[in-house]
Amino acid sequence: MPAMSMIEALRDAMDVMLARDPAVIIFGEDVGYFGGVFRCTSGLQAKFGEERVFDTPINESAIVGLAVGMAAQGMKPCVEIQFADYMYPAYDQITQEAARLRYRSNEQFTCPLVVRMPTGGGIFGGQTHSQSPEALFTHVAGLKVVVPSTPRDAKGLLIAAIEDPDPVIFLEPKRLYNGPFYGNHSGSSLSWSSHPDGEVSPGYFRIELGKASIRRPGTQLTILAYGTMVYVAEAAAKASGVDAEIVDLRTLLPLDHETIEASVKKTGRCLVLHEATRTSGFGAELIAEVQEACFWHLKAPILRVTGWDAPYPLAQEWDYFPSVERVARAIKKTMEA
Amino acid sequence: MTLAKRLNHPHPPARPSETPDFSRIRIPPAGTLDVPPVDLTAENSRPYAEGMVRILDADGRAVGPWVALLEDLSADELRRGLRDMLRMRAIDKRLLNAQRQGKTSFYLQCAGEEAIGCAFQRQLRPGDMNFPTYRQQSLLVAAEYPIESLMGQIYGNRLDPIGGRQLPTMHSARDYGYFSISGNLGTQFVQAVGWAMACALQNSDSIAAGWIGDGATASNDFHSGLLCASVYQPPIVLNVVNNQWAISTYTGVASGAGRTYASRALGYGVPALRVDGNDYLAVVAASRWALQRVRSGLGPVLIEWFTYRVGAHSTSDDPSAYRPKDEALAWPLGDPIERLKEHLIVEGQWSEERHIQAEAEIVDEVMQAQKLVESHGTFVNPQPLSPAEIFRGVYAEMPEHLRRQRQEMGY
Repeated sequence: MPAMSMIEALRDAMDVMLARDPAVIIFGEDVGYFGGVFRCTSGLQAKFGEERVFDTPINESAIVGLAVGMAAQGMKPCVEIQFADYMYPAYDQITQEAARLRYRSNEQFTCPLVVRMPTGGGIFGGQTHSQSPEALFTHVAGLKVVVPSTPRDAKGLLIAAIEDPDPVIFLEPKRLYNGPFYGNHSGSSLSWSSHPDGEVSPGYFRIELGKASIRRPGTQLTILAYGTMVYVAEAAAKASGVDAEIVDLRTLLPLDHETIEASVKKTGRCLVLHEATRTSGFGAELIAEVQEACFWHLKAPILRVTGWDAPYPLAQEWDYFPSVERVARAIKKTMEA
Repeated sequence: MTLAKRLNHPHPPARPSETPDFSRIRIPPAGTLDVPPVDLTAENSRPYAEGMVRILDADGRAVGPWVALLEDLSADELRRGLRDMLRMRAIDKRLLNAQRQGKTSFYLQCAGEEAIGCAFQRQLRPGDMNFPTYRQQSLLVAAEYPIESLMGQIYGNRLDPIGGRQLPTMHSARDYGYFSISGNLGTQFVQAVGWAMACALQNSDSIAAGWIGDGATASNDFHSGLLCASVYQPPIVLNVVNNQWAISTYTGVASGAGRTYASRALGYGVPALRVDGNDYLAVVAASRWALQRVRSGLGPVLIEWFTYRVGAHSTSDDPSAYRPKDEALAWPLGDPIERLKEHLIVEGQWSEERHIQAEAEIVDEVMQAQKLVESHGTFVNPQPLSPAEIFRGVYAEMPEHLRRQRQEMGY
């Protein structure tokens, strides 16, 4: 099986779908001729033509608004917002239009679109190149929200997202674009080429939306994570020596209740991780769901390790990003409770 | 304080208890503007964007070069146009009353603006798609949308094609070229451009029509729509209905020191016309011109329809709190129904008697339909829709969490 970076896997997913379905169309800022600031769409315009892959003005509301109009006619736009931090001008079109079109028109019009956006920190991106706005989407009925953590998942989930009949917000952890990140920022960066998760099947395959994956089976504690935090969880579990079960949620909305419930009922302990700020973050929803479904199985309070309730800083990057040490401490605390 | 530090706040010429004053609005006589070529450029557009396409003169005669676009328009078609407008007004009146009687929660009339949607719609082809605002019901009426569906939506009862999901007047009628209305202003203006781009990408002959009011031109998506229409040149007619008011806000607050809304398009490289929106013939002619242009692949065009919002903004609004009570009567472009009626009479194609008879027939038809629709439930006499419907159509397939919530509700 060929090794691919997450960037290559995402590009391959779009390549496969452009070839497979004439309704698929790709656009956004710099995605056409140049191939995207992260190279995710490199070569696609040359291969499929400007009719299928093209550049847009710098206007996020227009990017999504155009896509809503196209999707309503049956096309399948897969558009890009250059950074998740810049999705706010499009929030009106995403939440009030794309998310509700099927419902409010009683299914006369539908909105099969994908909005890709690079998300997350750990790259010295500062305030507007590091945010994790997933909770602003998971609160919106009618959207699906996906965050892959491996090249294989990225490809399979993006194909499923493009084929999905409803609007999908596809958040790509840019810290994972070129390799896994186990939270060790002082060492040399890893690449996907020598990692088992970098192995991606060629051609068409899909990974069903709404299904979590067990990254590491364990018996003592369940860690719920997604995106970059999946790897931080792995490193922290190893450091703490606890037999943790790490659940990579992959899709935040709709959530895989079954997998989460089964894991927590088995381990009796649960820790929730995300990069996003704590208050009203997606972790709050996870904790609420777990305590409601697994209350009598819980042996300890459910803790969460998240970004601090402050805008993402530049100089204090590694004091802000949830570190292996912080996660390991929380594991220990949960085990001792 | 120096003059340079004083802010400008535009005000309407008259407030309640003052005499209506439209003296600052320049209305050129009918027939003075020529017909530009359909491949008109933005550069050559200024006279059309700042002037006004008008056909019906003060005596009800059709005059000027734009009449040439109406050569094949029969008297029957004009009578049908009059009928469309009369039906629209009758429906508005009945539904306004229904709200006053508590039978529906809310209504928005389009009184005074009937000609725009009625005449434009009759120039479209099946497959074309309007992206209307909540004040383009006239498009639906002229598309011969079943009155039972239109009214069912207002009552949110079993006849409502969208199952009671939306506020009254937020229709959705795909088969009638009427995109789902959203409460969020401006959003549909750029979606219409996307739809038009899809028409081009799929090699269809269909076009899109975007609609927006004068107040909503201030929204971001007015700019987004114009810019993207300019960039990608899809087959779209961008319509601005300038009815002088955005709820209580005078149109000068939306336009600023700018000249006309039509002339805004020129800066984007999109040609534009300004048209007398109360002149049914001018609306037909300008629509035909614009549709011929966009169907020929010559790129987008913007039309500012100049009109006046005769009624309250909505049933929740009282215009006497911010404008003179009789301002509509002073509106220099008159009433679209009266003007077409006069024209047909002048041409010997209509009479007062026929008009009175037609009005009576239409009112009767609308009342019969209303009675039928109300028998399926009103606000005061509800026949509730199933609460389980809340969960249907959020997604194509109902996810587990919605299934659980539906069960929690007992369904």
